[in-house]
Amino acid sequence: MQLYLPIAEMSVNIFLLLLLGGGIGFLSGLFGVGGGFLLTPMLIFVGVPPAVAVATQANQVIAASVTGAISHWRRGNVDIRMGMALLAGGFFGSTAGVGLYTLLRALGQLDLVISLSYVFFLGTVGALMLQESVRAILRKLRTDTSPRRKLHVHTWVHGLPLKMRFRTSKLYISAVLPFAIGAGVGVLSAILGTGGGFLMLPAMIYLLGMPTVLAVGTSLFQIVFVAANLTLLQAIHNQTVDILLALVLIVGGVIGAPLGSRLAGRLPGEQLRALLACIVFAVSVKLLIDLVHAPADTYVLLPPVD
Amino acid sequence: MARPTKLERSIAIAAIAATMLVAPIAARGQALIADLSNHLVAITTGFTGAQILLFGAVEGAGDVVVTVRGPVRDETVRRKVRVGGIWVNGPEVVFQGVPEYYAVFGSKPPQDIVTPELADIHQIGTDNLVLRTTSTREPEQIDEFRDALIRAKERQGLYIHDAGRLTFLGARLFRANLVFPGNVPTGPYTIEVLLVRDGAVVSAQTTPLYISQAGISADVHEFAHRQAFFYGLICIVLAVGTGWIAGAVFRRV
Repeated sequence: MQLYLPIAEMSVNIFLLLLLGGGIGFLSGLFGVGGGFLLTPMLIFVGVPPAVAVATQANQVIAASVTGAISHWRRGNVDIRMGMALLAGGFFGSTAGVGLYTLLRALGQLDLVISLSYVFFLGTVGALMLQESVRAILRKLRTDTSPRRKLHVHTWVHGLPLKMRFRTSKLYISAVLPFAIGAGVGVLSAILGTGGGFLMLPAMIYLLGMPTVLAVGTSLFQIVFVAANLTLLQAIHNQTVDILLALVLIVGGVIGAPLGSRLAGRLPGEQLRALLACIVFAVSVKLLIDLVHAPADTYVLLPPVD
Repeated sequence: MARPTKLERSIAIAAIAATMLVAPIAARGQALIADLSNHLVAITTGFTGAQILLFGAVEGAGDVVVTVRGPVRDETVRRKVRVGGIWVNGPEVVFQGVPEYYAVFGSKPPQDIVTPELADIHQIGTDNLVLRTTSTREPEQIDEFRDALIRAKERQGLYIHDAGRLTFLGARLFRANLVFPGNVPTGPYTIEVLLVRDGAVVSAQTTPLYISQAGISADVHEFAHRQAFFYGLICIVLAVGTGWIAGAVFRRV
């Protein structure tokens, strides 16, 4: 059955969209990350204009993050104070990001920046995760007792001014740091159309030294608001949020996510993380090949700038 | 691209209605008369593309060529260049007044019906489309950008050669299907029908067509552009609500 998308101004197969949304929801349930980094390229591949794909994705991210944030909230896994510090940066970054997005679109270099960002960030995160999980698997093979870990390592980061106490996370660090992380991820999520969880989580765990469970809940909490800010800004400035496309993707995600998390409960965590690392890394390699490989047509028709 | 407002749309529809009244009278006694089964294509939520019947009659021998041209806009074509091992968008040429949709067909392949001069005058075939540019590049270079633009439009299924065939029923009546894909641009279209005899145009007729969103689809589109802030808010509320409900439902299951 075909569905005409009023903002994208094209007709697409509704089952294909449900399958896409469901597949991404399944992956996010399985791995606990948004999966937006896979959805944006797929929507573009289906023929949705990139501008509409990125903006609508922000809307879809809200729904997925609300579900996750509420369930983490109930289990007390959200550090509100940290979330607020990240959010302050997130609002600033995403607002600036939409401006940068509009500028890059006018310059005709948006697709290049999107591809390069994906290659760099997915490549780095994927490689780090892969290294980490391979080490964890090897450690488990050697001995069953995991070594005692320090709460976190003290670095230059702890010398920054404006120190604040984050009780839930048991941290006493500068507020500048979460603000900067929130802002940086905000800029990228505006351009890439993802929630930015795949960047936010490593930053929170490795830079801030937050416990993983709290990092997941807190990042979901702040993503809800950053994605809402992005949706509103895109709707106002570019009119590229397709409510019908978002709704179909959300419905697909709602069905897919619980299936994914049910499966996740049965699989060993280390292998699961290694699998996610492989997917993330593979996507970045694919994008890098596309950038380096000679294009089929050396000329491109740029999408219109409203 | 500027979207047509409701007023503009009403004017266009009124113009179409007026032509429908006047055209048959003007065409009386001419060697060619043609019309469409419908002058308004409404894109609704279930839209998958449209077919419109073009029909008409000719007096005397000759071949018929039809061109369909969609609304125009500026298009930017860029050539990819290699910088430090990766391909980036390099030099650009902007073309003005590029039809977003273009189709040509005839009772025979169009190039067999018209002379190159005629094809040039009536913009028959993508080679003869008038695409203006203010670029100061060499003409040969501009031609390469132009060819690339046409290739891209063909890939999108919006430039169509030989879109089906125009068939004669007997000696006088003819019919043809105009096919519009699911990604057809909205706006005013012009359909030009030519009767060609011995390489000369004997008679010509131009008919308008308007393609626009209708029903819920049109309302959503219009609301998103008119009340962008509230549209954004509704999108957010909808997403939050769905996420919330989904969480509540699956906690119980």
